[in-house]
Amino acid sequence: MSTPPSDWEVVIGLEVHVQLHTRAKVFASSPWGFGKEPNEQVDPVVLGLPGTLPVVNREAVEKSILFGLVVGASVPEHCSWDRKNYFYPDNPKNYQLTQKDFPVVVGGQVEIELPGASRNVMGEHKFIRIHHAHLEEDVGKLSHAGSGSLVDYNRAGVPLLEIVTEPDLRSSAEAEAFLRSLVAMLTQAGVADCDMEKGQLRCDCNVSIRRRGVEKLGTRTETKNLNSISSVRDTVIYETARQIRELEAGRSITQETRGWNAELARGYVLRDKEDAHDYRYFPDPDIPTLKISRETVARLAKLVPESLYDRQRRYVEKLGLPYTAASVLVNDRALAEWFELAVAAHPTNPSGIANLVANDLLRDLAASAGTAGAFDETAPPAVSLASCPIKPAQLAGLVKLTDDGVISKQQAKEVFTEMFKTGQDAAAIVDAKGLRQNSDTGELEKIVQEVIADPAVAKSIAEYRAGNEKAINALKGPIMKRTQGKANPVLIDQLLRKFLG
Amino acid sequence: MADALHTLSAAELGRRLAAGTLTSRALCEALIARYQAVNETVGAFTYLDQADVLAQADASDARRKAGQGRGPLEGIPVAIKDNIAVKGQPLTCSSKMLASLVSPYDSHVAERLRAAGAILYGRLNMDEFAMGSSTENSAIRKTFNPWDLARIPGGSSGGSAAALAAGLVPLSLGSDTGGSIRQPASHCGVVGLKPTYGLISRFGLVAFASSLDQIGPMARSIEDCELLLNALSSADGRDMTCFGPSDRTLTPAGDAKKLRIGIPKGFLGKGVAPEVAAAVNAAVEFYRAQGCAISEVELPSADLAVPTYYVVATAEASSNLGRYDGVRYGHRSASAGTPVEMMTASRSEGFGPEVKRRILLGTFVLSAGYADAYYVRALRARAKIRSEYLAALAGVDVLLTPTVPTPAFKVGEKASDPLQLYLEDIFTIPANLAGLPAISVPCGKSGHLPVGFHLVGAPLSEAKLLAAGRLFETAHGFAHQQAAL
Repeated sequence: MSTPPSDWEVVIGLEVHVQLHTRAKVFASSPWGFGKEPNEQVDPVVLGLPGTLPVVNREAVEKSILFGLVVGASVPEHCSWDRKNYFYPDNPKNYQLTQKDFPVVVGGQVEIELPGASRNVMGEHKFIRIHHAHLEEDVGKLSHAGSGSLVDYNRAGVPLLEIVTEPDLRSSAEAEAFLRSLVAMLTQAGVADCDMEKGQLRCDCNVSIRRRGVEKLGTRTETKNLNSISSVRDTVIYETARQIRELEAGRSITQETRGWNAELARGYVLRDKEDAHDYRYFPDPDIPTLKISRETVARLAKLVPESLYDRQRRYVEKLGLPYTAASVLVNDRALAEWFELAVAAHPTNPSGIANLVANDLLRDLAASAGTAGAFDETAPPAVSLASCPIKPAQLAGLVKLTDDGVISKQQAKEVFTEMFKTGQDAAAIVDAKGLRQNSDTGELEKIVQEVIADPAVAKSIAEYRAGNEKAINALKGPIMKRTQGKANPVLIDQLLRKFLG
Repeated sequence: MADALHTLSAAELGRRLAAGTLTSRALCEALIARYQAVNETVGAFTYLDQADVLAQADASDARRKAGQGRGPLEGIPVAIKDNIAVKGQPLTCSSKMLASLVSPYDSHVAERLRAAGAILYGRLNMDEFAMGSSTENSAIRKTFNPWDLARIPGGSSGGSAAALAAGLVPLSLGSDTGGSIRQPASHCGVVGLKPTYGLISRFGLVAFASSLDQIGPMARSIEDCELLLNALSSADGRDMTCFGPSDRTLTPAGDAKKLRIGIPKGFLGKGVAPEVAAAVNAAVEFYRAQGCAISEVELPSADLAVPTYYVVATAEASSNLGRYDGVRYGHRSASAGTPVEMMTASRSEGFGPEVKRRILLGTFVLSAGYADAYYVRALRARAKIRSEYLAALAGVDVLLTPTVPTPAFKVGEKASDPLQLYLEDIFTIPANLAGLPAISVPCGKSGHLPVGFHLVGAPLSEAKLLAAGRLFETAHGFAHQQAAL
């Protein structure tokens, strides 16, 4: 559905605005966060009172550099800020501090994975180039109430990293995959939380089309302020179809700025090129050019986590995990690291651990935590391992008990449920519940012989001997009954076959 | 005795306070009496909270009594230009736009003065948003030159200079973007210093042109000026362009008699009034007689300074003044409409004509299609001027010129000719463009009107400028002069 007719190619570039995870605002010491009373998180600097001056928040710069390192960008020696002048009531100074000429991140790329043929099959991987990312300040929020207007400056001055891609995306699916991958990178590195419901990630989407094989880019439109992955996907589909319709009808595309109505699933024109603002950019005289020391870069480089897809490849190729489990684990850095601690405690069966983590643990955590989440409505709910009652080594212990034949796989599920409830070790639960399998050959031989001697099963024995393989199962029930269900089923089967010979 | 207190220097007042022969309350009461007698005539102050002043004075006296005096400024009143924030006091910038604004915070310099025990003494008139050279652009009131009440005191820190010359206060703060401390100091016969850009924090100084603005001390003597400068300069993390004196060492004064003084070639020809030229030439000859080496220096790009300034300063101002829109504070138009219409109307009503002229000019020079021809070129010219000044100051210690080409003109005389008015700053503007320290020192009279000379030094050479000024002042007795009112 997202693929345009074959002779048209869609070209997409995204500008993603991400609120950085910092304690203070980007040019003021005022803290920020979600869900406060209007204008609670302001100070003279945020409000642009006369005489106040911006001071660059080092934490915001370092988070931006960290993002650059995560995407393999070059970190420049210097960066600086410019003023973007425009009048609007939500803009306290009527200029926005942004980086026009010397941004904090230049270049880099984001690896994406397209959907595979099925859920169990890895899809195609691609790299999307980043043009640059610049650190700027968010503006306030204007709302209309009755005959008046109200403005809340809590959001004003929140650090915003604007990440601008090259026009490398070729379908709505690629745009979706890019945003998923980007969100994972940002959150896994602790750069941003990307909670869409809190407006922490917003996207401008540039779309143009051209005939396949044509080098020259078509005229693009920019749809502003998209606040979910599905809105980006729907905008690309809508805009592609609209532009094809226009061009095939012999009309041309107007370079314009558009909005998106998610409820109606329709785009609309905000302003055309003629109405474009003249922002009168110039270097901000209050903020001297900032030198980025190589020591800072080296220190931050140590915080760069293993990339999503490097981890995925390692899990599949080195640890032998099934693709599905690997792809679930790598989406959540904390979960993946939790998994790796468990593997370290029991290195011989990573797949056994992965299956428990990716299925049972994730399911129970989600059920106990409720959902978070957000920008990506289709992603699995985010879980918090902080409150996880099971420790990685305990889960490893459970898998080891199964691998050693102490309990059956069926029993392992039961033990897991109990572990999640109580936080106890698997061995303690197995002992307390008396779940340990009876694998004492001498004792089981005796019981098997007693059962065989019972005339009640003579008919089944006869049938088995006559060639009905299934008839043997009728003997297993009485054996289990005599052992309170603890007999090792594999051993019983072997013994029955031996004695019935 | 008490009736003469307003004629004394801050240093002398400090000595009396320290000796216990004077209290801050007695001093402030004397100055309030002086204020009541002459402020209406001079128009230097726009605001004085007498009860607050006396409460501060009592607190100072109590500190001193308890042995907790805070230094040489303890108990001494300092009056403040109305574009420097003092918590709980008006911050009008002499504009209708901010007529109702009371600052909720202290500027860095206000904090420094409090820490030094000084009395924060009232608000001084100025040209609206510091744009002007005569204080005639104030939307609050007129200020007159105490030496001739028919004439302007200079500007934009006209209130700061007039208050000193009228004996209303011993010390005042001004701000200087293109000469706004030095030009009124020259016109009113007082000392005014514009420090090296970055020496004093701009936190709490309402921005006119951020890359040029500096707060500076004004006084009736070099000694007092230095006293105030020392209290103001300190590093401040709230102004990224401020390094303060702790990061770099100020150049020591050295022996003033060994100073190498450069005279920019051709400067005295530029519309300089004969009496001004005579007074400044006499100062040059004085320094020569003291043993200073006098030489002529070339500053080929000096003619670019005024046009460069009016591009850079207006560009920055057009953006800095964008925040005055009636949304959060300040004048809000009563005319209804959309928020954006309200903003437009508030700005149209709140700003005076000179401020509007500069906003329009600055908006134009930054516009798409014109920025390269004006703003970007001006930045190049500015860099050239700076490098020429630094090169010249590698060969000499100070550059000496008149501060202003002519003495104070009559009120209204140049009001209709902004370009003529802009030339008032021809000698002072380069120091702002180059970020250099500069001082105006009284050096004589043109008739009954004061004349000053101007010294510019290398970055952080404030001590040399003060030493040179002290040498002249000591020999000539221009210190502490006040107009008869």
